[in-house]
Amino acid sequence: MNKTINQKAWFFVIPVFILVAFNAAIPLMTVVNYSFQETFGNNVFAWEGTRWFKQILISERFHAALGRQIAFTFIILLIQIPLGIGIALTMPKKGWGVPVCLILMSMPLLIPWNVVGAMWNIFALPDIGFLGHSLNGMGFDYNFTQQPGDAWFTTILMDVWHWTSLVVLLSYAGLNSIQPAYYQAAEIDGASRWATFRYIELPKMKKVLTLAILLRFMDSFMIYTEPFVLTGGGPGNTTAFLSIDLVKMALGQFDLGPAAAMSLIYFFIVLLVCWVFYNLMMKNEAQS
Amino acid sequence: MAKITLKDLSHSYLEKQNSNVDWALREVNIDWKDGGAYALLGPSGCGKTTLLNIVSGLLKPTKGKVLFNDKDITTLNPVERDIAQIFQFPVIYDTMTVYDNLAFPLKNRGLSESEIESKVKEIAEMLELTSTLNNRASGLTADGKQKISLGRGLVRSDVNVIMFDEPLTVIDPHLKWVLRSKLKELHQKINRTMIYVTHDQTEALTFADQVVVMHEGQIVQTGTPVELFEKPKHTFVGHFIGSPGMNILPCEIKNGEVNFSGQKILSHKTIKKSNFNKTQLGIRPEFINFSNNGIPVKIKRVSNTGRHKIIDTESRGGNIKILSNSSTEIPSGSAHITFNQKYTYVYEDNWIIE
Repeated sequence: MNKTINQKAWFFVIPVFILVAFNAAIPLMTVVNYSFQETFGNNVFAWEGTRWFKQILISERFHAALGRQIAFTFIILLIQIPLGIGIALTMPKKGWGVPVCLILMSMPLLIPWNVVGAMWNIFALPDIGFLGHSLNGMGFDYNFTQQPGDAWFTTILMDVWHWTSLVVLLSYAGLNSIQPAYYQAAEIDGASRWATFRYIELPKMKKVLTLAILLRFMDSFMIYTEPFVLTGGGPGNTTAFLSIDLVKMALGQFDLGPAAAMSLIYFFIVLLVCWVFYNLMMKNEAQS
Repeated sequence: MAKITLKDLSHSYLEKQNSNVDWALREVNIDWKDGGAYALLGPSGCGKTTLLNIVSGLLKPTKGKVLFNDKDITTLNPVERDIAQIFQFPVIYDTMTVYDNLAFPLKNRGLSESEIESKVKEIAEMLELTSTLNNRASGLTADGKQKISLGRGLVRSDVNVIMFDEPLTVIDPHLKWVLRSKLKELHQKINRTMIYVTHDQTEALTFADQVVVMHEGQIVQTGTPVELFEKPKHTFVGHFIGSPGMNILPCEIKNGEVNFSGQKILSHKTIKKSNFNKTQLGIRPEFINFSNNGIPVKIKRVSNTGRHKIIDTESRGGNIKILSNSSTEIPSGSAHITFNQKYTYVYEDNWIIE
């Protein structure tokens, strides 16, 4: 077969090329640009090489923020994934309960992130907030604006409230795609409820759960708006997660070089974890 | 091992039933002997899978009873009933190896490791799965997976009944033959009651000693393959079994005489009844012969299948199919045919008049 060769076809790619350039490549390159130089404003730059990267990598402040970030992400995954699966398992499979549950579950996902932060801020205020006031009324000494433990508790509770639904909806979709014959076969094989979950439901949910974990990892690892509105990173720096710390450095202190280096390191961590995790989860798929 | 009795079994998937159509099963009565090989035959949606699921305990019947060895087990679940069932599409446990898949029903019942091993190996040998025992089950082809499903059903030696729900749908034709003869062989070897659901008449007739033909939620006839062929008790059986199916022709009955397109027809028995609803004449294409006088027909088409010829003809009373040896000379244009009296039946409202 004779293929027509016409290099002019490349012109069709131009619009998307421009679009990607302006919304991804160029901004990223300015960050790369900043990360290797010192700037004093007025477009005056001085070459710094890898100094900012070295500085960030040994900085205790960065280590602390990264530590807090890892802890936060780990805790919310540990709560949201099992809780989400659990809720999905108990949701009705037919009847009027299905739309009711689905709508209730989608609600938190539809609320803008800063509104979630503001809602929980008011909800948790120790003196007038329903949660804060009730906890204090029950005899707990609760004040999320003063006590780091309480601030963490509130932030995690807020994230669980906001995002568990996503895991629920994905798991529910995964569960619904299982053919009834699988349950019938398990029943006849005498499988216990646990074995049915372990050998049928969990393997069949593997793909959606991989997706859920990836999404929740990325979103929680880059979380900014909600804790910023709720605690502003405080008290002190105790809830200053990576992105909050980054914004403080870039816009608060105007340390553009180190902030740019930190952005890139941050970006590579997210990329690396996602890549490793996805490949681990999909390793067995490829074999079969 | 068990004798299975179904008593006045009816089932509906709806909360309220207004007419016959709302019932998936209507007043089914069956006696299945211990150790028999039975087939449930019928088109999709006739209620055969519903019936099977009621026997296995996956469904609770709306009305009626299920008895194993005369003991009422209607309310027991599948585990308590001690049955095995194989489904239309392969059901395997993806994350387990072939060995673990086969061992799963035994493990759940608390058998010892050595017992499990010997049984799994025996079944694997029979289904030719030995070489793949340590592979992950999810990597197998569709028929490999279905063999695992079969294996999981057959691995337990103590079951009351083994049920097959169209198990060979996904298997390719060559292997279908092999597996079907395997099942037949197995039935003779372990002598356990087996129920085989299918919409394929060849499958049903070759597997079973007794075939139950179902139509719209009812059993229309139970019998050996020969009985079903030679004397269909319902026009549906005549139509569904045999290829081509029975000719069902409109007829009139007056004073015990059967009239078809103005001709008097002799049926296998004299008719004593006098008042009739819709009456029909049934004759299989195999039992029609050409003759010098009889019913005048026009030959429309002759198709030669190699072993025999199928002749499409047109008579005043309707189209008639005739089956004859491929060596038979077929008259062209118009001809006369006669029906073999022994195999000519009269049906009222689709049920045979006897």
